[in-house]
Amino acid sequence: MRFYRLLLLLYPASFRREYGADMIADFARRRRESPWALLDSALDVLRNAAAAHWDMLRQDLRYTRRTLARSPGFTLTAILVTAIGIGANTAAFTVADFVLLRPLPFPEPHTLIRLCWGPRSGGGWGCMNQLSPANYRDYKSMTSSFQSLGAFTGIAVNLMEAGGDPQRLAGATVTSEVLPLFGVAPVLGRVFDSTGGGSADAGAVVISYGLWQSQFGGDARVLGRGVTLNGAPYQVIGVMPPGFYFPSRDAQLWTHLVLREANYEDRDDNYLEAVGRLKPGVTMNQARADLNVVAERLARDYPAVNGDAGFSFFAMHDNMSPRYRLMLLGLCGATLCILLITCANLANLLLARAGARERELAVRAALGAGKERLVRQIVTESMTLALAGGALGVALAAAAVPLLALLVPNTLPVASQPSVDLRVLALALAITTLTGLGFGLLPALRVGGGTGGGLSALREGVGAGGGQKQRLRNVLVGVEVAMSVVLLISSGLLIRAVWRIQAVDPGFVHESVMTLKTALPRPKYDMTQRRMQFYTRVLTDVRALPGVQSAAYITGLPIVMYGRVTGVVIPGREVSTRFRDEVASIRFVTPQYFRTMGIPLLRGRDVEAGDIQGRPPVAVVSESFARYWWPSEDAIGRTFESRGGPRTVVGIVGDVKVRGLERDNEPQMYASAGQVPDTAFINDDPKDLVIRHSGSVGALLPAVREIVRAADPEQPISDVRTMDDVVAGETATRRAQLRVLGALAAIALLLSGVGIYGLLAYTVAQRSREIGVRLALGAEPASLARMVVSQGMKLALVGVVPGLLVAYWAAYAMRALLFGVAPADPVTIIGAVALVLVMTLAGAFVPALRAVRVNPMLALRGD
Amino acid sequence: MAYSRSEVDALLPLPLATFHILVALAQEDHHGYAIMLDVERRTDGALRLSAGTLYRSIQRMLEQGLITETSERPAPELDDERRRYYRITPFGAAVARAETQRMANLVRMARVEGLSPGRA
Repeated sequence: MRFYRLLLLLYPASFRREYGADMIADFARRRRESPWALLDSALDVLRNAAAAHWDMLRQDLRYTRRTLARSPGFTLTAILVTAIGIGANTAAFTVADFVLLRPLPFPEPHTLIRLCWGPRSGGGWGCMNQLSPANYRDYKSMTSSFQSLGAFTGIAVNLMEAGGDPQRLAGATVTSEVLPLFGVAPVLGRVFDSTGGGSADAGAVVISYGLWQSQFGGDARVLGRGVTLNGAPYQVIGVMPPGFYFPSRDAQLWTHLVLREANYEDRDDNYLEAVGRLKPGVTMNQARADLNVVAERLARDYPAVNGDAGFSFFAMHDNMSPRYRLMLLGLCGATLCILLITCANLANLLLARAGARERELAVRAALGAGKERLVRQIVTESMTLALAGGALGVALAAAAVPLLALLVPNTLPVASQPSVDLRVLALALAITTLTGLGFGLLPALRVGGGTGGGLSALREGVGAGGGQKQRLRNVLVGVEVAMSVVLLISSGLLIRAVWRIQAVDPGFVHESVMTLKTALPRPKYDMTQRRMQFYTRVLTDVRALPGVQSAAYITGLPIVMYGRVTGVVIPGREVSTRFRDEVASIRFVTPQYFRTMGIPLLRGRDVEAGDIQGRPPVAVVSESFARYWWPSEDAIGRTFESRGGPRTVVGIVGDVKVRGLERDNEPQMYASAGQVPDTAFINDDPKDLVIRHSGSVGALLPAVREIVRAADPEQPISDVRTMDDVVAGETATRRAQLRVLGALAAIALLLSGVGIYGLLAYTVAQRSREIGVRLALGAEPASLARMVVSQGMKLALVGVVPGLLVAYWAAYAMRALLFGVAPADPVTIIGAVALVLVMTLAGAFVPALRAVRVNPMLALRGD
Repeated sequence: MAYSRSEVDALLPLPLATFHILVALAQEDHHGYAIMLDVERRTDGALRLSAGTLYRSIQRMLEQGLITETSERPAPELDDERRRYYRITPFGAAVARAETQRMANLVRMARVEGLSPGRA
């Protein structure tokens, strides 16, 4: 019998109250008649309880439809506000989930790691510096933590197919361990052979699914096809599956990296990165300890190179700038603020409505509808609104996510576009439900609490709205204002940070400089002399073009190419063990580079045409380079050793921000393009043509193309851009984030304005009688307007103070993004508060006007 | 109580349980359990209303005005204090009659086409 009573709890409470006693009595009789009564009844309850709930829901939904249709303004506002809150959160979560939470698209992704060279402290993020083949080999052979470890380096190749135009593609050259360790099989063919020592696959290339589709039309006969990469014949041996991205999203093909004895000779020739998989059961920390032992030994054995060097070791999934992480967390925080604001706004709307409907609800209660029925009815209403808003919000999010693609770091081996998937939909549903319950229950419980109040509502005629309810609404508006302050200050600080970054001097003059890449393929251009012929011919012709002031070639553009550093040793001086200070970024340049880039030549001379192989090697160094090595002497004429021998300083130039506007930079040295050793790794070749010109890029480019074609008809051109774009690209991610945050702040401001307006308008309506009396007694209309405005200001101030506190906390948490702007930046704070006050005045304007225009006669006639 | 022909027709055809409950209440007031027994007896045990079906039907029929709760009680020795008694309303009787008519028409139609039970 007790069990049956429990089962009855499944019915809606009102149904149970009505028929529970009868059902229990029936059950008692039935049990006397049949031994199966309990089972029968249990099944019956399960079936009919669900049906009874469904009946009630249908009834409530019918009622909801009628009431919502009666006030379309309210309905539309509520749905739109919910859609904004849920849409913003869904979009933010989609991106955050995609970047931060979701495992990489490989089997057992948590065991995938990356290994590079780096400072002993292990500081920094990602790949701090590349490994030399010798160091890579030692790390590989002396550690036992890895199931597999391979090396790779990014390449860019010119792909030629018979009869086609040359194409510039990014890829990687990888050791045979690399592709198999991801645990992803090729869709076609095979990857490089790890058994034969590797030399068998020297002329083999594995292509991406994307390249297979675009270049070979998805033809299965691609296997064994010959292609020309950088002028050398290659054969396609495999196609990787779609969604396989390594090392970055733009990699289209992989060639086989075979390390020979000669490659291991120069321990300071750093161009490799390692990727691996941990052995089962080995943790990151164990592996790190293992690596530490090796690093110490290498430091002991090769102090000149490895003196104080260590390694960067990180899970593959963590290969992103901490800035991205912070930005995403910031974005999530911002959207949560928006959600809070929308909930507060909705609760306020519903409270106001509940106030207006108090009489209707009291009538229904008097007619016998239980409290539980009324609460259920109100919650059904708010859930309907929330679900409609949620559906619209998810649609908004799906539209907004592509705009957030800039927030996906390109260092992760994942697709560039997150998509709204089931997980995200589940979350959206959860948020929607919480929102619906949250802003529905609050007003509903207030109705529930008003059983006594219900009667007074009937008596008084006008819903008087107790002081308590008014307080609750004030608090809700306060929350909205506070959240707006947080968002405004956060956006303001980030705007200030971007301004500050844009004000950073990159060390060169980026206006009116066009650049493009002509990467000369090996083995066609194996010899330095052959390359110099190409450069000289192109540069001579380009310099002769009208509007061109100067032109030059360089190994890698600042900000575009971060890496390529080399150790520096001064003969006769003790080798210091300070990692970053003892290396310099190295570039090979032709004459006129500094003039073209607007880098000031402080002393000495530029690289000259006569600085070629066989002549004494020269170097132009940056100011910080000279200051570090020869603090109290003249650096000109001094000699130092790096990358293949001694060089003499012939000139000193200004420092440039090689690693971008926001990072610290090594000192720089520039060597002559004519003195690149023939055997040097291809990365040292100058590839980037820079041209300072007057006039438009559009007019110049065809002429430059013609010149390159004349010098070598098979040579493609790629990466055409201006240095303006390069520098602007530095802040692109930040500006994208700023646009998002700014939009959220604007929405927040608007919603709180609406909140303040709604509350004041309601108060004025409530008090119209009192206002009428005052006016009739001769009160100045202006004083009434002041009263309304000051009430609004009080509301705003109640929100501003906690808002400032939260904003400071948030700014402190994201200070890494602020580029030195203080979390309590007074300009930003004053600006944000001023905006909030302006918004308050705007929100108070119409209600104040209404108060002034109250007609005493009409107001007093009232009821 | 006034009701129109269209109000009656709007409810037709009646769910089986509803019709049986109306029939059970046609002659006298009953409480829920008695209705169930009555239906079972009338159909020779072929139809046995479960408690859930019964009370959900009753709830709906109350809302539709087909039946009403009555405060009159039968003779004390037959009374069960805990129970609610239900009585058919004139509207309920009209609906039941209309449903009977509807089914009778169906039967007549079928007969004309030679579908009498017992005939080959």
